[in-house]
Amino acid sequence: MSISAPASLRVAEYRLRNMWRWRGGIIAFGLGNPILYLVSIGIGVGALVDANSPSGIDGVPYLVFLAPALLAAAAIQSAQDEVSFPTLAGFLWNKVFIGMRATSLTGGQIAEGVLLAATVRVVFTTVVYWLVLWVFGAVDAGTALPLVLVSTFAGICWGGFVLALTARVKDDGGYISIMWRLVIMPMFLFSGTFYPLSTLPLALQWIGWISPLWHATELGRWLSYGAPLAPWQALVSFAYLTALGLGGLLLGRRLFEGRLTQ
Amino acid sequence: MPVIHARALTKAYPSASGEVLAVAGIDLDVSPGESFGILGANGAGKSTTMRMIGATLQRTSGELAILGRDPSREGPVIRAHLGVVPQQDTLDTELTVRENLLTYGRYFGLSRSQLRPRIEELLDFVQLQDKRDERVEALSGGMKRRLTIARSLVNDPSLLLLDEPTTGLDPQARHILWDRLYQLRETGVTLVLTTHYMDEAEQLCERLVVMDAGRIVAEGSPAELIRQYSSREVVEVRFGAQRNTEVLPQLQGIGDRVELLPDRILIYTATGEADLQEIVARGHMPITALVRRASLEDVFLRLTGRSLADE
Repeated sequence: MSISAPASLRVAEYRLRNMWRWRGGIIAFGLGNPILYLVSIGIGVGALVDANSPSGIDGVPYLVFLAPALLAAAAIQSAQDEVSFPTLAGFLWNKVFIGMRATSLTGGQIAEGVLLAATVRVVFTTVVYWLVLWVFGAVDAGTALPLVLVSTFAGICWGGFVLALTARVKDDGGYISIMWRLVIMPMFLFSGTFYPLSTLPLALQWIGWISPLWHATELGRWLSYGAPLAPWQALVSFAYLTALGLGGLLLGRRLFEGRLTQ
Repeated sequence: MPVIHARALTKAYPSASGEVLAVAGIDLDVSPGESFGILGANGAGKSTTMRMIGATLQRTSGELAILGRDPSREGPVIRAHLGVVPQQDTLDTELTVRENLLTYGRYFGLSRSQLRPRIEELLDFVQLQDKRDERVEALSGGMKRRLTIARSLVNDPSLLLLDEPTTGLDPQARHILWDRLYQLRETGVTLVLTTHYMDEAEQLCERLVVMDAGRIVAEGSPAELIRQYSSREVVEVRFGAQRNTEVLPQLQGIGDRVELLPDRILIYTATGEADLQEIVARGHMPITALVRRASLEDVFLRLTGRSLADE
């Protein structure tokens, strides 16, 4: 892998400048949705769950069980947004990538820059959302670093995957909404987010196994309140996320370069 | 050392029946400071040639050196010294005029302190100083084009590539743009532009090639090409779409050469006024008649058998 960080940073700088234009939407979208889930499910459904199982889930109140999953979901969803929209815009809408490619930048550097800027947004979303969880008493102060790190990591890895996926989109007809309805939402619902994955019938559990959100949630629960997780499981989850992100980035760089030299 | 040197430059695309040659082996040499035009109809291979010169498209075969370097191996180094005005503006319409220039300059690795005075100069040059803090989406087509030209100059390029710079602009906006490009020419920047507007080529190019179906079919200065491929004057007569064909055989012997277009007849000649009188004397009264100097349009028609107006 060639070292091209400074040039990628300049692409990220442009992306951040563009993102700043959308700051209101980014904050509303990044926090509004998860907070709605936190209040309606975490507190509403949580009251019901806690009343019926006094020992809690994993031995903790429902809200504490839910919090690491919501945090990882927020990270993944903001990465989804911040990689797919700019990539479609760059290739199809205002075609800024064509203009960038006429400079000394390479396609690979443009891809890296998009992911770098998305990382900034993921970190922002995760940190602020962790603070909200903390205010609601869903996480302990001591979980700040490990939880933010693991969620951010999951978001970046998902971003790498989406980078490669979006780089191939030739016609945006419905791509964004298909991703949301058929990938992001099912992942959110079937990754052991709202209940342990083991309560699902075995025929549906595979959705969790391939879901980066489930892997991030498992790691998050382990780091947050010490949910049982064998070291090998932690390793597998970490490796799975890494492979998804690194594979996506490497493929995405090649796809960007190829598409911009056609 | 030529700024552009190409020999047998070829770009082939795979197709169902083997391959299609978008550029079919062309030779080019452009010297520093020259303003050089590539003229041709849509699909002639102009833009493909431009993208190979701009080091964003790999050639299939042939030799190509830009600023003495091979674009297939040193693309980023070459592009650092190029200014490119693509067919589409590719501006970020959500950012302001100034922000577009700033971010573009940053792509080349220029520092903010280097860029600050440079951006002021460029805003003055393209007369967008009063729009500096407006979002690009609010700009007219002509202003966006001028901004794209300013953007292409941000790295102080030694070679400026303009792909159809005035396509889609109204006449006034085109003239403003030509004026700016003319000024650039004076500063010694090497200009290479593609166009399918003959008047644009005559205005801006010292030397040009005419491309047709991926090949270069003629080369020279506008005046040389007109001298070589056309007569001095052209008589244009219209008898109405139906009658043009009927009248044509009865114009024999008038002028050097006669060309029938769907809407008019062109007579290539050295003596336009006299020939027009002769047509009238033979009893054919045109609905409209015009004697004009020959232009590149006539050269193009002669060389390709097609009128650019048909495109």
